Amino acid sequence: MIRHDYSRVDPKRRTHIDPKKRQFAKAEFQQQNYEHRLNFYILPPTAEITLEEFETWAINRLKVLSELEACSFRNRSPEETSEYMTSILNKYLPLRSNSSRSQSLQDERKKDHYSHFILRLAFSATEDLRRRFSRLETMLFRLRFKDDDLRERQEFVRSLNLEWEEVKEDEKRELRDELVAASRSKKGEEQDWFKVDWERVPELVEQRKVLLKRGKAYVPQREQMSLVVAEFTKRLDEALELTARALPRLDEDDRLAPILSHLSQSFNAPDAAYSSSDASIDGLSIITANAIDTLSQNFPLCMQNLHMTLRANSHLKHYGRLQYTLFLKGIGLSLEECIVFWRRSFKLMTDDKFQKEYKYNVRHAYGDVGGDANRRGRGYTPYSCQKILTEPVPGPGQAHGCPYRTFTSDNLTSLLQRVGINDRDVLKTVKEDVSKQRYHVACNRVFEHTHKREIKKVKDDGTWSATDLDTIVHPNTYFKRSWLLKHLGEGNAGIVNGEKMEE
Amino acid sequence: MPHSVTPEPTPGGDSSRTISQATMDPESPDIPMADAPSPAEAETTKVNLEELFNDEDSDAEFGSSAPLIKSEEEPSQPEPIKITSKSTYSDPEIMRAFYQRLFPFRYLFQWLNHSAVPSNDFAHREFAFTLPNDAYLRYQSFPTADMLRRQCIQMLPSRFEIGPVYSTNPRDRKTLRKASAFRPLAKELVFDIDMTDYDDIRTCCTGASICHKCWAFITMAIKVVDVALREDFGFKHIMWVYSGRRGAHAWVCDKRAREMDDAKRRAIAGYLELLKGGDQGGKRVNVRRPLHPHLDRSLNILKEHFQSTILAEQDPWAEDKSAHLLNLLPDPTLRSALQKKWDSSPSRPSASKWSDIDNVAKSGALSKTSRDLLEAKQDIVLEYTYPRLDAEVSKKLNHLLKSPFVVHPGTGRVCVPIDTRKVEQFDPLGVPTVTQLLTEIDEWEDDESEKKVQDWEKTSLKPYVDYFRGFVAGLLKEEKEKSGIKREREENGEAMEF
Ligand SMILES: [Zn+2]
Repeated sequence: MIRHDYSRVDPKRRTHIDPKKRQFAKAEFQQQNYEHRLNFYILPPTAEITLEEFETWAINRLKVLSELEACSFRNRSPEETSEYMTSILNKYLPLRSNSSRSQSLQDERKKDHYSHFILRLAFSATEDLRRRFSRLETMLFRLRFKDDDLRERQEFVRSLNLEWEEVKEDEKRELRDELVAASRSKKGEEQDWFKVDWERVPELVEQRKVLLKRGKAYVPQREQMSLVVAEFTKRLDEALELTARALPRLDEDDRLAPILSHLSQSFNAPDAAYSSSDASIDGLSIITANAIDTLSQNFPLCMQNLHMTLRANSHLKHYGRLQYTLFLKGIGLSLEECIVFWRRSFKLMTDDKFQKEYKYNVRHAYGDVGGDANRRGRGYTPYSCQKILTEPVPGPGQAHGCPYRTFTSDNLTSLLQRVGINDRDVLKTVKEDVSKQRYHVACNRVFEHTHKREIKKVKDDGTWSATDLDTIVHPNTYFKRSWLLKHLGEGNAGIVNGEKMEE
Repeated sequence: MPHSVTPEPTPGGDSSRTISQATMDPESPDIPMADAPSPAEAETTKVNLEELFNDEDSDAEFGSSAPLIKSEEEPSQPEPIKITSKSTYSDPEIMRAFYQRLFPFRYLFQWLNHSAVPSNDFAHREFAFTLPNDAYLRYQSFPTADMLRRQCIQMLPSRFEIGPVYSTNPRDRKTLRKASAFRPLAKELVFDIDMTDYDDIRTCCTGASICHKCWAFITMAIKVVDVALREDFGFKHIMWVYSGRRGAHAWVCDKRAREMDDAKRRAIAGYLELLKGGDQGGKRVNVRRPLHPHLDRSLNILKEHFQSTILAEQDPWAEDKSAHLLNLLPDPTLRSALQKKWDSSPSRPSASKWSDIDNVAKSGALSKTSRDLLEAKQDIVLEYTYPRLDAEVSKKLNHLLKSPFVVHPGTGRVCVPIDTRKVEQFDPLGVPTVTQLLTEIDEWEDDESEKKVQDWEKTSLKPYVDYFRGFVAGLLKEEKEKSGIKREREENGEAMEF
């Protein structure tokens, strides 16, 4: 299958598979033997597989990665994710331990190995795809690492030959208090530490879970997983870079190219699926800047919060403006009206300042200026809940983001009350949702509460199907559905569907 | 069009770029005709939306009317500048004289080039110019310090920013067959601390203005971040720069820092970031105990500042503002006892209210443990003193940051380096303005010694340029030693493949 030397090879092993020798090696259709369940995917596959296997295996792995991505989007905890993924992994990409003594061990591992490399080819073309692929593969690796047989896992780690310097007894004694404070272990708990360059454990550094001294991170034994995972990501990222550079040569293979491009399309970035038809709502006349105050009743909480903040301060900070502008574009506000809207909203600002510093941004968001030609047709895409939930949380004076996530419990309650939600049970359940980090559940709960009667009606008279009432994962879907429900009987019931809004 | 904004032909081959070439390219700027005064500025709008939204709040401080450029010829010899009471910072003659006579291009070049001999570290580095008409010109690059200087003198940017070193010359990026061949490779790790992030706790000034009292916030931030970068991450070449109005930037120039990818930059930003949540977020510091050694050290540094800067000078809980302080205390019994006390004497200063907490607690109004109270008080100290970084700036390898030594268009002050050994003495209000510096050159009296005196040496910019020169020398020395070791190894046959 793989006729392209696109993998990064460990320099120490380079001599064993130098390109000339590999020519011969390949001719033998060499089958690899998989000693370990886990794989760092260092060596590319060397044996032939059929085109059909090529495609099915890739699609199966893609299914697994998509489900993993959905878990992170739904804010599932690691435990919930692992539980949810068990059946999916068993079905699409089973991988058993040596101790299972299964007959199909080698086949499973081969499929895992090959499918990884096929997707690597499919998703190395753009930086966005590479980053996403690397993140999901890392999630998958971590998931498997966690539930691996302890002894087999240690053997695997040993086989990686990672260079970790053990912290000696005297240094341990000297740094005892700091080590304990940094690594959050209990006093008296006997522990061992490794010393590595901090760059190898960026996750632990980011969360302040390790002691740092002059560029070295002191990593407790139990954080070994982080080290291994970081190493996995690092090597994968490097390999993806190399693959990207080798891709043009691959384009020449006309059997694989269509499969690969199909694969990468079905894995397209979520924001790319937004189309302008989503903006048109039947029955809603052309939206003017003046109408926003009224329409804001139908906005999701994140946008209502931005709207109220804007009205209160006659100003919004940059991320808030960006999030809100794109949303307004998404509900069908034209560029001209949007500029009018912002001009009037920034009451305290001179025309000159507005023209100079703000107008361009609005036009840019609409794709009127800036960006490359491909993008310009539409400008930037309205943010999905996923995008809003994964953006940095607002700093002082900022109002962007998802209030279910960024507000404290008490402030959230008073915000909800401000927009008219006083039902104690709803407020209480929302609080619970939020404490479990199920922000989209909370938002959908509020939607269902505020549209209770209308939802019952369209369900009862059968005008809306179940998919019309699917979980909302996009602020613009929220608005569209809310507006239509609140205007039932005005000749537009049931037209909610149209094209499905991107997730 | 005015003579002085014509881009000068450069050896980079840029002179041949025309508007028609630009329109055929998908990456070309898309300035609408109404806004496009000249082809020369057609380059100006290749700006990423996020960056635009990013920058403009902290920097929305330009004067409201952009000066017109006079189309006089550039004098071949620098002439004495006539500074009158009417001169403003952005007058073209002022800016021209500044770039001609004061800006330390030579050291800026060495700083970014990491060696005296021109290399790609400098030649492939992106510069972005903000022109006097507020147009923004990205992807500029220069083979030498002199080429950069010449373009500055011609275009008179109100400021310019420094971006990453790219894999190829930024000016050639459109001619590359593959977009992926144009990648950012390296840039200093940078930090941005801006007073706007302190607006909810500073009482002395608002908006763009600062005074010595609130500058203390920046001083504290510099101390805490600087020591962490040195002791924890092992960086040595860290330069702090006054941003010209109400903040400071840090440039971490160690090779190890320059080569970090975004994930590593994010890790450092996260390590240093403490305050979470926006204005609606309630209590913004919730750290676990025992405190991480970095936080423990920071708290020790900040404790004193809390007494002087916060309690005495900012007095944040005066009168009815004590509600926020009460909110931050976890103990309901203590809260109501304090409430009662302060209701009866609302004019108590913050320092007294702060000591009331312990006194009232000792008198028995405490339902939780004294340890809980101590930790809550530590959290409060951190909330009011711990550095508030604009973390987004630090997380991206390709984020641009204003160059040191440019003039802040709103204040006229030069963005000078801050000597961290004397950080407490740094006075932002005493930083020279461009007009003041030019006056100083005029007033300079030659001592008739043999030595040729540079214009900047005649002014109060001298100590800052001297500091910068020393900083750059230290950096170059280390780069040289490192590359020396590398060369030696290679000569000994130890191939360094990776
Ligand atoms: Zn002040």
